[in-house]
Amino acid sequence: MSTDSTHAGHDHHVAHHFRNAEHEYLTSKEGIWLFMVTEILMFGGLFVGYSIFHNIYPEMFAEGAKYLDWKMGFINTLVLIFSSLTMALGIYFLQKNQPKKAVVSLAITILCGAIFMVVKYFEYTHKFHLGIFPGRLLDVAKVGAEHANLGMYFGFYYCMTGLHGIHVLLGMSLITWVLFRTIRGDFNSNYYTAVEGVGIFWHIVDLIWIFLFPLLYLVG
Amino acid sequence: MASAAAHSDKNYLNESSGLWSWLTTLDHKRIGIMYFIAVMFFFLLGGVMALLLRLELYSPGQTIMTADQYNQVMTYHGAIMVFMVIIPGIPAILGNFFLPLHIGAKDVAFPRLNLFSWYCLMAGALLAFSTLFTHKIDTGWTFYTPYSIKTGTSVVTMVIAAFIMGMSSILTGLNFIATVHKLRAPGMTMYRIPLFVWALYSTAILQVLATPVLGITLLLLSVERAFGVGIFDPALGGDPILFQHFFWFYSHPAVYIMILPAMGVVSELITAFSRKVIFGYTAIAYSSLGIAGVSFFVWGHHMFVSGQSTTAGVVFSFLTMLVGVPTAIKMFNWLATMYKGSVLMRSPMLYALGFLFLFAIGGVTGIMLAVVAVDVHFHDTYFVVAHFHYVMVGGTLMAIMGGFYYWFPKMFGKMYSESLARLSFVFIFIGFNVTFFPQFVLGAMGMPRRYFDYIPAYHSLNAISTVGSWLIAIGFLISLYVIVKGLISGEKAPANPWGAKTLEWTVPSPPPHHNFDVEPVITAGPYEYR
Repeated sequence: MSTDSTHAGHDHHVAHHFRNAEHEYLTSKEGIWLFMVTEILMFGGLFVGYSIFHNIYPEMFAEGAKYLDWKMGFINTLVLIFSSLTMALGIYFLQKNQPKKAVVSLAITILCGAIFMVVKYFEYTHKFHLGIFPGRLLDVAKVGAEHANLGMYFGFYYCMTGLHGIHVLLGMSLITWVLFRTIRGDFNSNYYTAVEGVGIFWHIVDLIWIFLFPLLYLVG
Repeated sequence: MASAAAHSDKNYLNESSGLWSWLTTLDHKRIGIMYFIAVMFFFLLGGVMALLLRLELYSPGQTIMTADQYNQVMTYHGAIMVFMVIIPGIPAILGNFFLPLHIGAKDVAFPRLNLFSWYCLMAGALLAFSTLFTHKIDTGWTFYTPYSIKTGTSVVTMVIAAFIMGMSSILTGLNFIATVHKLRAPGMTMYRIPLFVWALYSTAILQVLATPVLGITLLLLSVERAFGVGIFDPALGGDPILFQHFFWFYSHPAVYIMILPAMGVVSELITAFSRKVIFGYTAIAYSSLGIAGVSFFVWGHHMFVSGQSTTAGVVFSFLTMLVGVPTAIKMFNWLATMYKGSVLMRSPMLYALGFLFLFAIGGVTGIMLAVVAVDVHFHDTYFVVAHFHYVMVGGTLMAIMGGFYYWFPKMFGKMYSESLARLSFVFIFIGFNVTFFPQFVLGAMGMPRRYFDYIPAYHSLNAISTVGSWLIAIGFLISLYVIVKGLISGEKAPANPWGAKTLEWTVPSPPPHHNFDVEPVITAGPYEYR
C-alpha cells in the first residue's frame, strides 16, 4: 500500500509516481490481491499435505475429528462470517461518507475476531488438558488413541489452525490500525484504499477458516 | 531547456546526502544500489567459501579442513549464493534500477514496500549469519529431511532466515508485477516494453506463485523440529519425500527465478551491441512466460531416484525436456539478431557471448539429466554440480557481469576501463571452464558430490578444477578493481555511451531523482536500430 499517512485529515496526498487518485487506488488494489495469492499458496501447501495424508490414513482423520467439538467450530464459523459482513459494511459506510457508522462496524469486526480467538483459546487449552498435543508430543496412553499416528492429525490441526490464528491476530491489528485512522478522519468516499485492502485480507482469512472447519471438524 | 541545464548537476546520487538519506530512501535507484552493495558483500563471502571448498578438494584426504567443516562451508556456500546472491541478484539490483526507467515510470508501484523488502533481505541475512556463531548448519542448502530434523545444528534459525529472505523476494516480485501492469508510460504497450522487462515480469510471476510454497515448507520444517508434528517424519507416519516435493515445487521454479532475468539482460546486450533490432521480439517475450509456466511442472526431475513412481518419473522427464523448447527459441533468436548485425565487441557483449556459450553447455547437459536412465547414473555426482554451475554461474553470473558493465555508466555516471573489463572477462571465462568442465568428466567417472574426500583416481581433474577457481577469483578481483577505479577516476559518462535505444539512455547519467523531467510518450518499439 502506498498511502501517505503523514497527511492527516481529509487531504489524501497521491504519491508522485501515480497520475491520479484512481490510478493509485487501482494499483494498490492489485498489490493487495497479489499478496492474497501468496497467502492462498502458502496455506495451499498445508491443504495439499492434508489431502495426501487424508488419502493414506482416512480412519486416522476420522478418529481425530472426534476429539474436536464441532459446535465450537460452528460458532466460530458464524462469528467469522458475521465479521466479514461488518468489515464490508465498514467500507460501505466510508464510501457513503458515514465514518461514525464505519467506526462501529470496524469495532464489531475486531470484537468478532476477539471472540474467535477466545473460543480457540478454550479449545486449545481443553486439548492440552486431555494430553492432545501435536505429533510425538501426543500422550497416546492418556488420550487412548486407536490410530498409532493420531499425533499427525493433530500436527495438521495445530499447524493449520495455528497459522490461521496468527492471521486472525494480524487482521485484528490491521483493522485496529484503519479504525484509528478512520477516527482521525483519514478516509472518505474519495479515499479508503487502506480499509479496503485490510478488508480483502480479512475476507481471505475468513475464507480459509470456512475450508478448515469441515476439513478438520466434520471430516469424521 | 534552461531548466534542464540547471538540473543537470542534480541527480539521484547527490540529490540528498548522508547515510540516513540512503537507509530511508524510497527511490528505486538508490534501493537498487543498496541491494548492489549488500549482494556484492554476500557474493564475496560465498565466493571465499567456494575457494576454500576447492582448496580442500585439491588433493584427496584432509587438506585444509575436517569433513564436518567441509559440510558446513558447503552448506553456507550454497545457501548464501542461492538465497542472497543469485535470487536477488538481477531483479533486485538491475531490475530495481532499470525496470521503472525502461517503462517510463517515476518509480516502482510500491516504493515503501521496495525498501521494506531490502530490509527483509538484510534481516534474513543477519539471522542466517548468526548461525555461524552458534551451531553451524551442515544440511546442504536443500535442508532435506530426515537429516535436517535430526541434526543438532541451528536449522530452525537458518530456515526462518530463508523464510524472511523469501518474503523479500515475494515483495519484489509483487511490486514488479504491479509496476509493469500499472505504471507504463503513455504509448508503452506490453509489446513495446524492453525484453528485460518481459523477463523480470515472468520472474516476478514465479516469485509470487512459488515462494509462498517454500515459506510453508520451511515453517513446517521448523515446527517439525520444534514439536515433531510428524508430517515429514516416517516414525510418526509422515513422509520425508513430501518435503522434497514441497521443496522442489519452489526450488525448481527458483532456478528460473535465477536464470530468466539473466536471459532478459542478454536480450538487451545482444541487440544493443549488434546495432540491430532484436530478432523475434514476441517469441523471446512469450518464451519467458513459457519457461515460467513449464517450470511449475518439472520439479520431480530432482527426485528420479527418491522412490517416486516410474510413471511420474517419465512424465517429469518429458516435461523437463519441454523447457528446452522456449530456451532454444531464445538462443536462436539471439544468434539471428547478431547475424548481419554490426557486432561491437565491448566488454558487456563479451559477457553476453560468454553467456551464450556457457549456457548452451549448461542447457544441453540439463536435457541429458532430464533423461531418467541417464540421471539415475549421474544423480548426486559432479556431473550435476557442473551442470548447475554452468547454468547458474556461466549463465546468471555472466549476465550479471555483462549487465553491470553495460549499465555502470548509467548507474554511476562514470566510464570504466574497457581493457581491464575485457581482461576480467578473459579470466572469468577461461577460469570458469577450467573449473567446471573437468567436473563433468569427474561426474561421468562417478565422483559423488558433497563429499570432502575422494579416491586418488580423481586427483588430477580435481587439481585442475581448483586451479580454475583461482583464475575466476583473479577475474573477479580485476572486476572489483575496474569498478573502484571507475567510481574514483572514471571519465564522466555521456547519457548514451553505447548508442542504445531503450528509455534509460534518454535521461542523463546518472538519472535525475524523478527519472524523467517530462513523462515520455512512446510511439515505437524498444529497439529501433535498423
